[in-house]
Amino acid sequence: MNEYTVKDRVAIIGVGETTYYKRGQAPVPEFRLACEAIIKAADDAGIDVRDIDGISGYADDRNEASRLATALGLKHLGFAGMVWGGGGGGGSGAVGNAAAAVNAGYSKYCVVFRALAQGQFGRFGQAPVTNHVSGTAAYTAPYGLYVPAQWVALRTRRFMHQYGINQEPLAAVAMADYYHAQFNPRAVMYGRPLTREQYDKSRWIVEPFHLYDCCMENDGSAALILTTADRAKDARKKPAYIMAAAQGSNYRHNATVENSFDYASSNFKTLAPRLFEMAGIEPKDVDCAQIYEHFSGAVMISLVEHGFCKPEEVMEFVTFENITAPKGKLPINTSGGNIAECYMHGLELVNEAVRQVRGDSTCQVPDAKIALVASGPMVSPVSDLIVHSK
Amino acid sequence: MSAEKKFYLPEGLPTPRPARTGIDKEFWEATRRHELVVQQCNSCKTCQWGPELICHKCHSFDLGWRKVSGKGRLYSWVRCWNPVHPALKDACPYLVAVVELPDADNVRMVGNLLGDPMQNPPFDSAVEAVFEDHPEATLVQWRVAG
Repeated sequence: MNEYTVKDRVAIIGVGETTYYKRGQAPVPEFRLACEAIIKAADDAGIDVRDIDGISGYADDRNEASRLATALGLKHLGFAGMVWGGGGGGGSGAVGNAAAAVNAGYSKYCVVFRALAQGQFGRFGQAPVTNHVSGTAAYTAPYGLYVPAQWVALRTRRFMHQYGINQEPLAAVAMADYYHAQFNPRAVMYGRPLTREQYDKSRWIVEPFHLYDCCMENDGSAALILTTADRAKDARKKPAYIMAAAQGSNYRHNATVENSFDYASSNFKTLAPRLFEMAGIEPKDVDCAQIYEHFSGAVMISLVEHGFCKPEEVMEFVTFENITAPKGKLPINTSGGNIAECYMHGLELVNEAVRQVRGDSTCQVPDAKIALVASGPMVSPVSDLIVHSK
Repeated sequence: MSAEKKFYLPEGLPTPRPARTGIDKEFWEATRRHELVVQQCNSCKTCQWGPELICHKCHSFDLGWRKVSGKGRLYSWVRCWNPVHPALKDACPYLVAVVELPDADNVRMVGNLLGDPMQNPPFDSAVEAVFEDHPEATLVQWRVAG
């Protein structure tokens, strides 16, 4: 075994989440949501929450590790880390950091969490109102280019132009997410099925994204617990072993004012090969994938950059039949994901990957052994995770 | 631009102001003169955008400016329907364009694409810069070259 790997040395032994709410509707403050999710994840793992000694976060989470450790009465804190960058790019990266901390002996039980209460704090989909703007935003904000939906659309449209892609793959992703959410009582859109007619008639946010191509904005919290493979043997439920984790970015991807070297990219091109090399598998070995969908268009590009299909094959591969459980070639976002379960900045996708490989998903892929998570397409850094059962 | 519509987007969006580091003072002074400039390394002559404190190619800190023609290529564009800022409440749809500048190492700039918001210009169309004077700063807009 390669000396420099976390493969099979670390496992996720518990997952948890609060009730997921529509934006601004959480009845309690964000910090309490974080505490609740962490307690639920510890309970799922069968450990005392006070035995957690590592806290891993991302996206500039407001709920600071030392406050959590103090409030939860952790016996000691051995690791506190954060992935750079806002948005969902750090979701799998925070799991990777936790795995590294556990593998290095900094932490015995490390929690990864995300908490959001957009009523208590600001919204993601709206611009702040100011009189002046300087720096990078001076080149975009005066032109009404403000929010991720817009710059993801710009990149998606360039990709669609280059490869002759129409609306169908985008619709397939939105429809698949809503379909899967109908089986998932945790999902905010549970009991709210989406028809193709509703999708087609829904308003444009920014072309090519209809309303249903966009993630929701939600309140809630999700958490998961990692420990060593040895300790995982005593866990209450079947462990999901880390097969590979990676984070990173392409050459000059974050060049400002839309100057990414490779523009129409999800930013996984240099990362995905490292991921599969660590895992020792190929894309065809993956049983299901949880692909971060802030916007549907980024999903098809992410699927391409992970080698699930070629860009010229998107129209044939990214269809509702192919990406839905249980029978699709590659079921994706089987909990409903950011579009229909909850926009927990993609950490709900990690929890779903764990549930798939331990066999208790609400939309179970038969005999799923290997699940991939791709976090935060197009931002920098992005990150990936593969978990499997043994 | 017609007399009824002074600016492409309504007033109320933030006005650009040079960064406190002074890194892009020349850019905003140039647009006031209706000139388009791009940051260029004085050492290796590489252009880069947005402006940075170091040349990404040769790591020189000696950076200057290159005057460009304002002729570009429409690399991507989108039609925005959702008012993401209160000032845009009655301004949708509007077009945002990403334009490549062939005479500046294909760096890209962002602006609005002037004209009918329901137009569907082909990707890679030739476009040209249009300077839009506001009281405190001049924006760089784009229109399909005709």
